[in-house]
Amino acid sequence: MASTTAPGEPKATRAAYGDALLALGTEHEEIVALDADLAGSTQSLKFGKEFPDRFFNVGAAEANMMSMACGLAATGKVPYCSTFAIFASGRAYDQVRLGIAHNELKVRIGASHGGVSLGEDGASHQMIEDIALMRAMPKMQVIVPADYNQAYAAVQHSWKNPEPMYMRFGRPSTPQVYEEVPESLGDGVDVLREGKDISLIATGHMVWRALEAAESLEREDGVEAEVLNVSIIKPLASQTVIESLAKTGLAVTAEEHRVVGGLADAVREVAAEQHPVPVFAVGMGDEFGISGTGEACMEHFGLTARGIADRAREALVLKPIVSHPPLHGPEWV
Amino acid sequence: MEAARLPDRSTVPAVNHLRPVPDPKPPAAPIEGEPASIEELERWATVLRIDCVRMLAVAKSGHLDSSLSSADILTALYHRVLKHDPKNPEWPARDRFVLSKGHAAPIQYAALARHGYFPLEDLMGLRKIGAQLQGHPDMNKTPGVEVSTGSLGQGLSMSLGIALALRLDGLDDSHVFCVLSDGDCQEGQTWEAATAAPHFKASNITAIVDYNHLQTDGTTEEVMDIGNMAAKFAAFGWDTVEIDGHDMGAVVEALERSRSLDRPAAIVAQTTKGKGVSTMEGRFGFHGKAAVSPEFAADALAELEETLERQTSELTEGAPS
Ligand SMILES: Cc1ncc(C[n+]2csc(CCOP(=O)(O)OP(=O)(O)O)c2C)c(N)n1
Ligand SMILES: [Mg+2]
Repeated sequence: MASTTAPGEPKATRAAYGDALLALGTEHEEIVALDADLAGSTQSLKFGKEFPDRFFNVGAAEANMMSMACGLAATGKVPYCSTFAIFASGRAYDQVRLGIAHNELKVRIGASHGGVSLGEDGASHQMIEDIALMRAMPKMQVIVPADYNQAYAAVQHSWKNPEPMYMRFGRPSTPQVYEEVPESLGDGVDVLREGKDISLIATGHMVWRALEAAESLEREDGVEAEVLNVSIIKPLASQTVIESLAKTGLAVTAEEHRVVGGLADAVREVAAEQHPVPVFAVGMGDEFGISGTGEACMEHFGLTARGIADRAREALVLKPIVSHPPLHGPEWV
Repeated sequence: MEAARLPDRSTVPAVNHLRPVPDPKPPAAPIEGEPASIEELERWATVLRIDCVRMLAVAKSGHLDSSLSSADILTALYHRVLKHDPKNPEWPARDRFVLSKGHAAPIQYAALARHGYFPLEDLMGLRKIGAQLQGHPDMNKTPGVEVSTGSLGQGLSMSLGIALALRLDGLDDSHVFCVLSDGDCQEGQTWEAATAAPHFKASNITAIVDYNHLQTDGTTEEVMDIGNMAAKFAAFGWDTVEIDGHDMGAVVEALERSRSLDRPAAIVAQTTKGKGVSTMEGRFGFHGKAAVSPEFAADALAELEETLERQTSELTEGAPS
């Protein structure tokens, strides 16, 4: 399938949701789309314009939307529900939980404007704990694509798989990581760059930044960083993660999300049980977002290539200490 | 630690391409003393509208048409109806104001700044990193904001909570005013609050629906028709009136009347989104559009300043010299 964008041209992952949903809708009549007065922003409007009969804009009523999707799916349709991540996972949590996850229905949640990069709307709109919420929810799969092309593949993936699924997309245009739309998401963890010193494990908007961080580490410190893109956070392809951890013995995770419950914890769970190595995290601490341009917000919270590289440098210094704690007395202090 | 992140005042961007707002006279009516006249209020509404255009031109982001839609209602509230003391924002006996349609924050910020809750120049920090004026109202960052909003549908429940707390504290002369949008009224939660307020006999709450018939994806009639708002609130047991939300006399009258009822009060204000800037008025396609270009802002300001000049001269001609 042809790439829908010129290589390297920055594009938003939410645009892929709109484009891929429209294409899928053309092929499959059972697909219906729902939105909650944000169809232009989430881009479900592309589907809505083409298939007005199969498109339901419910207005600002997210709970209603999710429970309607439950009914539609229970009656043979495949609903794609979109709104901002804050409302998809937060406002309508219980409706998603009982109506969709508990029933194990093939409903797809297209949650756009995830993270702080949505910018100016500020804390009330910046969802930074949705991955944690959706990861904790039984039966719910969690997908966070890295760029437009992978987001397109994620929507195709969502058609081929039956499980309830939460897909997180972003507002800003971001650099392409994949030159064209990949065949599939694979096992959900792609090794984008090989290295032996440290694993940089990133998701979503942090993936291209992790690649930049790896370059800076090589250039400035002679450090060979391995870069992993986790597009399927749940279920996590633990084997691929372990292989990298076994090789490097050290990891830094990076996500536009709280470090609690998100990618950092997903990796830490795997590491702690199967291959204990230090896992450091770049992400949001115990704090809410803030108004500013998307890029300024990312910088404010250290969600940058520089932030990842600095954390990696710190991790490399701390590694011998945290990996081999002295048994008696802190001589190394 | 937090403070270290705040930029100093000198980084607040200059507004070179925009002419300064003429110094608004007469000043806001003080709490004691003469209440502002309807004509003065109309003029103040224009001043606040001008502030909104300037703020959004500098912020290059935000909801201008939504703010202009509520301008007359907020002017009537802040400049006449609300019992409040900018010198003492925490005054326990003050009236409370809740902007359930939090995306119209600029109009509230303008009203607060014009009353001296914070310096006027802070308006130009809107939506910038480190600024106290967040994209949506934040009670911990902005003096005068009672509760944080921005997620539609929550404001009326918050207002009800405030109303019940005031009653528990014996503050029977304090009233809660809540401004809601079409989108607010589409959220089920608003109707949970609408059910609860009469149940708890909260007669110290007024809900004002800024019914401009436009939302993000189109008209409310196309997207999700909310129908006869007045009939709905009435059916839920509220005292209900329907007014033209830009008729200052009617707005003031409805608000003042709503204070002394034996039931919660709903004021359904028929409004025009973008009111005051004719290119925007009642038109779809502006909601949340970041691109308030310098040219657009200049045109909007020209129109509003013309209105302001007319209103000013009418006021000064009428006044004894
Ligand atoms: C719960 C929730 N869902 C969605 C949004 C996104 N949103 C912001 S404004 C808006 C609708 C704007 O239209 P309306 O509510 O009529 O307000 P107004 O016309 O007064 O601007 C929406 C859907 C939100 N802020 N909160
Ligand atoms: Mg409206």
